[in-house]
Amino acid sequence: MRDEIFYGDGLPYVDTTDLDGKLIVIEGTDGVGRSTQIEGTNESGKSTPIEGLKRWLEVQGYGVVSTGWTRSPLLGPAIDAIKEGNTLNQITYSILYAADFADRLENVIIPALKGGFIVLADRYMYTAFARHVVRGVDPHWLRRVYGFAPLPDLVIYLKIGLEDLIQRTFTSGRSMKYWESGMDIGYRGGLYESFVEYQTLVLEEFDKMTEEFGFTVLDASPKIEHVNQKLKDVIGEFLTTTN
Amino acid sequence: MSRLTQPHPYPGKLFVVEGIDGSGKSTQLDLLHRWLVAEGYNVFFTEWNSSPLVKQTNKKGKKKNLLTPTTFSILHATDFADRLANMIVPPLQAGMIVLADRYVYTAFARDVVRGVHPNWVRNLYSFAVRPDIAFYFKVPIDVSIKRVTIGRAGLKFYEAGMDLGLSDDPVTSFRLFQSQVIEEYERLTEEFGLTVIDGSGPINEQQERLRDVVCNALTDYASHHPPMTIPELHRDAAAEITSSVTS
Repeated sequence: MRDEIFYGDGLPYVDTTDLDGKLIVIEGTDGVGRSTQIEGTNESGKSTPIEGLKRWLEVQGYGVVSTGWTRSPLLGPAIDAIKEGNTLNQITYSILYAADFADRLENVIIPALKGGFIVLADRYMYTAFARHVVRGVDPHWLRRVYGFAPLPDLVIYLKIGLEDLIQRTFTSGRSMKYWESGMDIGYRGGLYESFVEYQTLVLEEFDKMTEEFGFTVLDASPKIEHVNQKLKDVIGEFLTTTN
Repeated sequence: MSRLTQPHPYPGKLFVVEGIDGSGKSTQLDLLHRWLVAEGYNVFFTEWNSSPLVKQTNKKGKKKNLLTPTTFSILHATDFADRLANMIVPPLQAGMIVLADRYVYTAFARDVVRGVHPNWVRNLYSFAVRPDIAFYFKVPIDVSIKRVTIGRAGLKFYEAGMDLGLSDDPVTSFRLFQSQVIEEYERLTEEFGLTVIDGSGPINEQQERLRDVVCNALTDYASHHPPMTIPELHRDAAAEITSSVTS
């Protein structure tokens, strides 16, 4: 078992002696291909040429639970409501996301770790650090807010340059979305200009965090089959060295 | 760096009441409110956990009893952050008197009893404005139990701390839970300099003491022409936007 369980002040009321599973986080900016790599399907649920990490691990006999960001049944509706209204101040917005994460952490992630599962997390607190700090929230305060989060056993950062990200966004049939372009913070110009400006800042935050949190960096610009193989190599090696 | 440890910069005044359920704080705040209005002050009232933003979520979670202590704590913080930005800071900027029924100290007391880390929850709320006066209504647990059991339809689930599994009997659970909350309030009184009011005394005597303290805090405050903050308009920027729209 790792020495430090929690990132900060922790959850004093949770028994952490039996967190036997492994927490593996796949991080990266919007549209970099995290979910596709984990689930093996694209956004509309269609199959892709790759075998998702979840299936791949299950075939090897591991129990796997995958979890996303802002998908908890409790707060999903509240977050959607805000996205429609969007007159929220940045502190409230950032705490609401933390509440959603706490709910998922205590109801999904921690029970799965106690049950000895591998938890594949599509995004983790680092996404919050990037998004909210770019929106002007104090980075030190926000990091302490997430002090109840267990430290992952492995964080793989799917790194991509701005040009590749733009190309990937369009070639994968997605589009530049309102939030992923930071339109809520009122950049001048159109969607494209906003996307460029916002994602540049987000990528900078991820770069800063790479050293701070010891991310394992993986180049996400090659074809998804190639990235998929690399991911399996990294995770496979991690599992053989820790078991 | 916590804003809670230094005076706020706004021209208005913020008075808050704290205490366990049945301590009489809401009654006292209501009487203070009436008096301030009668004296000609402009008063704005806000209470804990009342923001429309998270009200539904809180209700939903509480009904299903699926809120863990940390989620419970952060949800209340979300509610507070929303009210602070929309209902507390703007009236303070406008020079009004803001009355709050419960404030961050409620979270510091209750959530710590529920098991979250004391430092964590203090950091969580460190964006809050420090009140000009925070009253703590101190009552023996028996007085509070008597008030909540005769005056109300029944003890509420979370009010009695039933989520902690201390006892199946609501009254016993209330006693155990709120006794621990009182201990936390004692700690907070010293840490944050809360003004203690003996909540077991006669209502009018408590109110007299409250008004004395508030009166003192209002000596440098002009009621009929409150010193508002009027932000400077950025006329150049406004003109630029107008011209770009019309061109």
